[in-house]
Amino acid sequence: MRAAIVVFPGINRERDMAIALERATGRKPRMIWHKETDLGGTDLVVLPGGFSYGDYLRCGAMASLSPVMTAVKAHAARGGYVLAVCNGFQIVTEAGLLPGALLRNAGLRFLSMDCHLRVERADTAFTGQYRKGQIFRAPMAHGDGNYTASPEDLDRLEGEGLVAFRYAEADGAISDKANRNGSARNIAGIFSPNLRVCGLMPHPENLVDPLMGGTDGKPLFDGLAAALAA
Amino acid sequence: MKPVNQALAAEFGLSADEYQRVLDIMGRTPSFTELGVFSVMWSEHCSYKSSRVWLKTLPTKAAWVIHGPGENAGVVDIGEGLAAIFKMESHNHPSFIEPYQGAATGVGGILRDVFTMGARPIANLNALRFGDPKLAKTKSVVDGCVRGIGGYGNCVGVPTVGGEVNFHPSYNGNPLVNAMTVGIADQDKIFLSAAAGIGNPVVYVGSKTGRDGIHGATMASTEFDADSESKRPTVQVGDPFVEKLLIEACLELMATDAIVAIQDMGAAGLTSSSVEMAGKGGVGIELILDDVPQREPNMSAYEMMLSESQERMLIVIDPAREDIARAIFDKWDLDFAVIGHITDTGRIVVKHKGVVEADIPLDPLAEQAPLYERPWVATPKPAPLGDVTDPVGIAPALLKLIGCPDLASRAWITDQYDSTVGGQTVKRPGAADAAVVRIEGRKRALAITTDCTPRYVQADPEMGGAQAVAETWRNITAVGALPLAITDNMNFGNPQKPEIMGQFVGAIKGMAAACIALDYPVVSGNVSLYNETEGKGILPTPAIGGLGVLEDAAHAVGLGLKPGLSLVLVGETQGELGQSLWLREILGREEGAPPPVDLAAERRNGDFVRGQILAGKVAACHDVADGGLLVAVAEMAMAGDVGATLTAAPSGVAAHAYWFGEDQARYVIATADAEALLAAATKAGVPAILLGHSGGSGLTLADGTTISVAELVRENARFFPEWMDVP
Repeated sequence: MRAAIVVFPGINRERDMAIALERATGRKPRMIWHKETDLGGTDLVVLPGGFSYGDYLRCGAMASLSPVMTAVKAHAARGGYVLAVCNGFQIVTEAGLLPGALLRNAGLRFLSMDCHLRVERADTAFTGQYRKGQIFRAPMAHGDGNYTASPEDLDRLEGEGLVAFRYAEADGAISDKANRNGSARNIAGIFSPNLRVCGLMPHPENLVDPLMGGTDGKPLFDGLAAALAA
Repeated sequence: MKPVNQALAAEFGLSADEYQRVLDIMGRTPSFTELGVFSVMWSEHCSYKSSRVWLKTLPTKAAWVIHGPGENAGVVDIGEGLAAIFKMESHNHPSFIEPYQGAATGVGGILRDVFTMGARPIANLNALRFGDPKLAKTKSVVDGCVRGIGGYGNCVGVPTVGGEVNFHPSYNGNPLVNAMTVGIADQDKIFLSAAAGIGNPVVYVGSKTGRDGIHGATMASTEFDADSESKRPTVQVGDPFVEKLLIEACLELMATDAIVAIQDMGAAGLTSSSVEMAGKGGVGIELILDDVPQREPNMSAYEMMLSESQERMLIVIDPAREDIARAIFDKWDLDFAVIGHITDTGRIVVKHKGVVEADIPLDPLAEQAPLYERPWVATPKPAPLGDVTDPVGIAPALLKLIGCPDLASRAWITDQYDSTVGGQTVKRPGAADAAVVRIEGRKRALAITTDCTPRYVQADPEMGGAQAVAETWRNITAVGALPLAITDNMNFGNPQKPEIMGQFVGAIKGMAAACIALDYPVVSGNVSLYNETEGKGILPTPAIGGLGVLEDAAHAVGLGLKPGLSLVLVGETQGELGQSLWLREILGREEGAPPPVDLAAERRNGDFVRGQILAGKVAACHDVADGGLLVAVAEMAMAGDVGATLTAAPSGVAAHAYWFGEDQARYVIATADAEALLAAATKAGVPAILLGHSGGSGLTLADGTTISVAELVRENARFFPEWMDVP
């Protein structure tokens, strides 16, 4: 799998993402500066976490207009894979690649802690090495992770099986307590209709090494590497 | 513009003597801008005029020290050709006036001190002291500071991995915000600030200059009064997004050979950076202020020279590589402006609109800076506490202690700080006695902590100073790391009061003794004086930031208990209740002498514990500090969600003194083989006893008293959410 990470000014988890991808694929992902317009034949484009443009104006709003986004959209339109994490998720919703938006967390405070996620379907390139219904742990670190969309969009996401992950308790319960940022229907991540664009708020890339507290995030990257093996 | 005279000098914070010195150096009446330059350079904040004679007595050398105090930050050898670069700095005064921006720019400033030397910042910590939680003001200051630290640190993508928070009414009008940054660089790629190369361009990069923060360094050198709110315009406003760009652009530039010298524009902005760079290099500097990127129209030379606008750096550049450098800053959309050049005059010359606004000889500006041997009186030794009886019993006291503001869970705070960005955080906040951060691509890791027990320092500055250093050393040891060096952040009251100066002197003496005994020098630091409001000083607070190294991050141990282990107490217990939290929280008394620090015992016990950890004999380890032995065990139980049965019982010491005394040089160790560990301790001449065993869901004492871990967790978790989240 050839992977490329887009670097917008203010992004700060590109290195974490590179480490996770390299562990899974054995090769270093390419770093693409946001002013570039050629993705150069990559299988997976990753939009990592951070604070592109300082989150000024609105999270992800300015990055969604960066020159590279034309190429990212074309890549997605061709059926290419896109993983968009945290600020990346905010950017792809601003760019219209995924529906909905990320609002300020319900408590109006930044949230940095581990959360538990329930895998809603395991028949995708992103989740193929998890089981449906499996609960895994991932760190989250965001001030604006409160997923929202119109009731019609939410119903469509549910109806078409496009919810990727939901915030859950350790025992799997989908509760308000588990849903710390207040996301609609506990949604932590979603897919595009062709299941090739995945956006999520938590950071599986920060849990791929036992020394850092676990490897719960590793199957996501191993799954992508297996599904996209060249 | 006002006429320059002694009255204006006084307004700028210069004494009559100091103004006379300016007149002598200049041989004429200085210009308005020149007076501004003198006043900030000679402010307490920039000149250390009250503290310098004492700071010089601290030990600063060791085989592993690459750069000690005097550079932007301290640099130590951590092996494999790598260096750790670190420093702690205060932003106390701004944080009271405007908590969010004060704390945020404190983080920004210390980050720049570290990356200006060529290091990628890998960890931030914060030592915070706030006033009485019962006051509404305290709540808003805590909220603002925490949001500010998070807002800045999270955005720049440097994990905030540790720190400390204390409360005491002495901080009501003077909260302390001490920010620490640790970075990593290759030993052969360390950048210094001494300018060189006559004719070399002086380049300004980063944010534009505005009118914020003018005379901030002077504000930080005076006491507060009822009018301090009106000083809000002297607080700077931070832009962490630009800081992040500046970090990346500077590190990219540092990978080329373009930089001759580099320094951030911190306190006193363009003035201190240009004066210090030229002064250290023994050269002169000429600045053309018309070329300074400006945020507002019609700024005067005085305003530009004294502005403390954030996120700016000054670089002396190799003229042959100017284009390479410019291209890097263009890429990151940052201003890059040549604003002057290096000269051979030994003077700083500042021109604006064709007029020479300042022309000052650099040597006298530095060498004739005021230096005071302030009169001081030693703090009288406190009377010993004597016997105290226990009015409540062990279990109720434990629950009260772990729920009190000084010991309650800090999760409410740390949950607002990104502690995992970078992907190298081995021990997150609360998981171990020190934060452990691995170095990317290596096995090696750093252990980092900040500590100080101000109530000990108040009672006995010398003992308290030694204790603060020893506690950082112990916390680094308790994760298995080898302590290397410290940074000190000296927060005190008005040094013109002999009793305050006596606290400072006592603390320095104690710190120096501990540094020598533990082979643990001071490599950087900062002094914040005049922490007084309406004549009342803070508790003397020499906050210490300690750094240690682990050759393999996998060796690091945390404090969380696991079931089925034996608990061993290392160190001696006399039941020292003087200045203890038990005495304060249960009896409402802040009295007695602090627990004595036996530095030889510290060293012996700590070296033993570290050896056992590195030999793989230790599953969890926690030093015994605030609240004493039973609090330490309870913290281990809560962290691991596992109970313990304590079979040890006090003999010759009252039960409450045994369990809550704050005797130093102690550790609780969880091990699978207590017999071997105790035998090793005996052989090493280290006092150690079997304390009990881990397992179950409660903490059970020898007399059968049991407290459930769930109840401990509930009491421990309550304070912050109940205080902060209820409107």
